Amino acid sequence: MVPLEHVIGLSAILFMIGVLGVVTRRNLIVVLMSIELMLNAVNLAFVGFNRLWAVVDGSPSLDGQIFVLIVITVSAAEVAVGLGIVISLFRNRDSVDIEEVSLLKW
Amino acid sequence: MTVPIFLFYAFAVISILGSLGMVLNTRNTVTSAMSLVVTMVALAGIYVLLEAHIVAVFQIMVYGGAIVVLFLFVVMLLNLSTDEFRPGRQRLVKLGAMLLGLIVLAALLRVLTTALPAAQPIPEGFGGFAQVGIALYTDYVLLVEMSGLLLLAAIVGALILSKRKID
Repeated sequence: MVPLEHVIGLSAILFMIGVLGVVTRRNLIVVLMSIELMLNAVNLAFVGFNRLWAVVDGSPSLDGQIFVLIVITVSAAEVAVGLGIVISLFRNRDSVDIEEVSLLKW
Repeated sequence: MTVPIFLFYAFAVISILGSLGMVLNTRNTVTSAMSLVVTMVALAGIYVLLEAHIVAVFQIMVYGGAIVVLFLFVVMLLNLSTDEFRPGRQRLVKLGAMLLGLIVLAALLRVLTTALPAAQPIPEGFGGFAQVGIALYTDYVLLVEMSGLLLLAAIVGALILSKRKID
C-alpha cells in the first residue's frame, strides 16, 4: 500500500518545480510545459485522494479519476491554443522570449 | 519494503529528476520536452500503483503521446536558439522563491505529520474501463458533452491563431 502522505508530498514538490519553471524561464514553450507539470501535480493529488476514499457509502467512488480525465482534456485544449499563440508570436516578433511581450505587464 | 512501495519511490525520484531536468535545462528545448515525457511516464506508473488504470493509459496516450509531440513539432518549426534564465529582478525572484518554498515546506510538514485515515480495500474492477465508463456516461455525461465542445472550440481557436491570414 503506497503511503498517501508521500503521494501528496510528491504532488506538492512537482507543483513547486512547475512554479519555478513559470517564474524563472524566458522561453514561452518551456513556460507552457511547466504549466502542464503543475496540472499533472494536481492530477496526482486527485488520484491519491480518490484512492484514499475509494468507497463511499458502500459503493465505489471514482470522482477523482473522472476529474483527472477532464483535466487532461482541458490541458490538451490549452496546449493546442497556447502553441497557436506561440506560433503567431514567433511570426510577429521572431522570438518566443516572454520578456519581449510585456506590453500588458504592470 | 514491498515491491509496490519500492516502485512508488523509484517513480517518484524519476519524476522529480525529469521535471528538474525540464526546468533547469536551458540549452536545448527538445531535451526539455523529452524530460517532460519521462516525468509523464513515471507519473503514469504511480497512477497504476494507485489503482487508476484508465487514467494511467490516458496519461501516456495524451501527455506522453499527443501533447509532447505537439511541443516537439512547434520547437522544430520555430528553430529556437539557446535560452537563459530571466535576468534582472533577481531579488524579487529570490524573495518569491523563498516565500513559496517556506509555504510548501510548511504544507509538506503538515501533510507528513498528519496521519491520513487508512485507505479502504478497493472493490473489484476499481478504476477499470467498465466502472469509469459507466460513471462517465451516467453521472458525468454533461461533463463529457462540455469537453467535446471545449475541444471543438480549441481546434477552431488554434487554427485561427496559427493561420497566416484570416480570409
